[in-house]
Amino acid sequence: MALLEVENLQTHFRTPEGVNRAVEGVSFHVEEGETLAIVGESGCGKSVTSMSLMRLIPPSAGRIAGSIRFDGRDLLGLPEREMRSIRGNDISMIFQEPLTSLNPVLTIGYQIGETLRLHQGLSAAEARAKAIEMLTLVGISEPARRIACYPHELSGGMRQRVMIAIALACNPRLLIADEPTTALDVTIQAQILDLMRDLKQRVGAAIVLITHDLGVVAEMAERVMVMYAGRKVEEAPVAQLFKTPRHPYTRGLLGAIPRLGSSLTGRQERLAEIPGQVPSLKNRITGCVFAGRCSQADEICRTIAPGLETKAPGHFAACHQALREEAPS
Amino acid sequence: MLIYLLKRLLTTVPVMLLVGLFVFSLLFVVPGDPAAMIAGDQASIADIARIRASLGLDRPFPVQFWNWLWRLAHGDLGQSIFSDQPVTMLIGQRVGPTLSLMGMTMLVSVGLAVPMGVIAAWKAGSLIDRFLMALAVLGFSLPVFVVGYMLAYVFALNLDWLPVQGYVPMDDGLWPWLSRLILPSASLGCVYVALIARITRATMLEVLTQDYVRTARAKGLGSASILMIHALKNASVPIVTVIGLGIALLIGGTVVTESVFAIPGLGRLTIDAILHRDYPVIQGVVLLCSGTYVLINLLIDLCYNLLDPRIRY
Ligand SMILES: Nc1ncnc2c1ncn2[C@@H]1O[C@H](COP(=O)(O)OP(=O)(O)OP(=O)(O)O)[C@@H](O)[C@H]1O
Ligand SMILES: [Mg+2]
Repeated sequence: MALLEVENLQTHFRTPEGVNRAVEGVSFHVEEGETLAIVGESGCGKSVTSMSLMRLIPPSAGRIAGSIRFDGRDLLGLPEREMRSIRGNDISMIFQEPLTSLNPVLTIGYQIGETLRLHQGLSAAEARAKAIEMLTLVGISEPARRIACYPHELSGGMRQRVMIAIALACNPRLLIADEPTTALDVTIQAQILDLMRDLKQRVGAAIVLITHDLGVVAEMAERVMVMYAGRKVEEAPVAQLFKTPRHPYTRGLLGAIPRLGSSLTGRQERLAEIPGQVPSLKNRITGCVFAGRCSQADEICRTIAPGLETKAPGHFAACHQALREEAPS
Repeated sequence: MLIYLLKRLLTTVPVMLLVGLFVFSLLFVVPGDPAAMIAGDQASIADIARIRASLGLDRPFPVQFWNWLWRLAHGDLGQSIFSDQPVTMLIGQRVGPTLSLMGMTMLVSVGLAVPMGVIAAWKAGSLIDRFLMALAVLGFSLPVFVVGYMLAYVFALNLDWLPVQGYVPMDDGLWPWLSRLILPSASLGCVYVALIARITRATMLEVLTQDYVRTARAKGLGSASILMIHALKNASVPIVTVIGLGIALLIGGTVVTESVFAIPGLGRLTIDAILHRDYPVIQGVVLLCSGTYVLINLLIDLCYNLLDPRIRY
């Protein structure tokens, strides 16, 4: 049994213009200690997926349906109080914006120690000692002094290190990192990634890594899931996805022609631009969601929604065309 | 921090001097001869001259101002023209009731309004929110004296739970003192509860959409710690500002409340002084109010410092 098993996840937002189907029937799993990358264009539902895993979507804004099983427990069925004991403890999260994700009026020592006191029942002194230890772990110098600092006294990179320290304080089994390096400048990005890779080996937590950066995917992840318009369109082991992307959308993201090797080494390589518009998530879509932007789309694509099919061992794609392409071999 | 405090205290000196100048000029900008006015209608020319000399009004303005300041620095605000008693003594007698009323009003208002605003923001859009905000609108729109008479009618006259009016010092017992303050504070506090609750709700609503609140939720914190520790502290600067302004406005509000509930406070003293053209008393009261206001401003600034680490001087 996998650590995290998500089945048919649907997160719908009520908006004045109608229901926004931000996540529409996504299924995936994460093994213990494994890193799964989620990639896709802006607005495809990556953040909403990750927030849904933690049940952080306010009920007044949207509804989460489907099943999320963590360590065998169905998170969607848990009472809020039990869900709280999982958040920050068994599953924790790193956000994209280190500048705004830390509370400006509380010291970083308090913000790290808070989770420890809450979930592990440490005393204030014990929490302080552990907070210093965590700051050392994430590579912040003079931790005993920095513990009394407020976020505005730290640089962006240091703040993201503090976020990582908060997330790892309780030894979570699953870490969700939503674009942890996007807001940082290039050299700091590299440092934070090195830190995350290092910690991944040391802490052994499974990671769900959301990113735009294919270099990050290649370096960090074992498997990749590609999302488009709230759906999973392809999933494969990293090397395989870079070598033989099956879905035209994935190929578009990788830059149309699969440049072998270059994608794996070029760390700063970003997702390529694909011409066309993402369909509105507020209407029901018949046929393939990508048909409108796909050069290979035909009548079948426009009328029948493709299901996820196994294209190779461990490699799934939702595309009618991909199937035909591979048929002869 | 200490240096900042000293600096701030120093900057209040010119402000207070300016206030002093203004208050002192009061006597000269009112139309007519102050001495004649003080002496009254039946006074003879000799009477007026005597008064003028006794007040030093025959000397040049800067000299008079300096003398006045000099006496002020020694705690002498002059004599009341009406009762011939020292102004400081008159004010001293009346300060107790007014301070009790103001303190009680602010305490109750803040104690009620902040939780109201926090709950309303937390449950934004719900029935509780709408109910609380409707209450706030009501509190805003009813004048102090209407609320005062209504409360006195219901709780004092009809139900006979509380005294109708009057004031008893705290030395005569806690309950007698408290019981006579409840209705006045409640009627005076309505507006402040409304004001502070609305500001609290608005700032909390904004704070609750911030990324760090999401972080707090992702940590597994409960609603209470998210609201009280993570959100309220961030919302506190505007709230403290309004509370401070409220205290300043309260000084005006007490005048009406004191007459409705027959409380012998500064408000009554001021009204009597104005009616009798008792200028030294008016000057004393205005000076006291301005001083209080300057002091409150200083306190608010210090609060900012304590509440928000990004504000450092
Ligand atoms: N609270 C909300 N209410 C209504 N709609 C929302 C809400 N949060 C997100 N959405 C919608 O969900 C969709 C997916 O957003 P999401 O933030 O998951 O995208 P993303 O893949 O993370 O994009 P990015 O790469 O820019 O972070 C968007 O259409 C967005 O408008
Ligand atoms: Mg996002």
